Amino acid sequence: MSDKTLTRMDLSEAVFREVGLSRNDSAQLVESVLSHMSDALVAGQSVKISSFGTFSIRDKAARIGRNPKTGQEVPIHPRRVMTFRPSHLMKDRVASGNKR
Amino acid sequence: MIRSELVQKIADENPHLYQRDVERIVNTIFEEIIEAMANGDRVELRGFGAFSVKKRDARIGRNPRTGESVSVEEKYVPFFKTGKLLRDRLNGK
Repeated sequence: MSDKTLTRMDLSEAVFREVGLSRNDSAQLVESVLSHMSDALVAGQSVKISSFGTFSIRDKAARIGRNPKTGQEVPIHPRRVMTFRPSHLMKDRVASGNKR
Repeated sequence: MIRSELVQKIADENPHLYQRDVERIVNTIFEEIIEAMANGDRVELRGFGAFSVKKRDARIGRNPRTGESVSVEEKYVPFFKTGKLLRDRLNGK
């Protein structure tokens, strides 16, 4: 494992290499992909990207939590969370790519 | 929303691009993320979330039907953690 961290910059660099738009336009496109995905999720839709994975929204009920340090009870309000389920293709590539 | 709908939205906003280029752009982004994780790297997209790889140790599993024990090798699995900004937006903050 190389333990590098990629950012938006690396993704827009990949788009720049692949399509030959300017670096600026490439960065803008990466940003709009992420914002369209976010908007759909905030609107309660799931986002299914074939051979990548599915982002979906789940509603969590209210419950009583506990501060693990003090043991004090605190109410946890109902909330929406997002989950990501990787596709088989992603799982297979990640598993075989990291195998020693 | 599925991949083709995402491509359509981006294409509508960028009338100067060919639809097939928009498709290549969207595919490149997802391909790059998978490629990074296959190399053991993290992909951190501030505000959206972070993709990383987690190690699952080898363990003795059981065939739930027969109860027979089988050894499961260590493996690496993809993991996603939602970013703070998106988490807050999901809850109307």
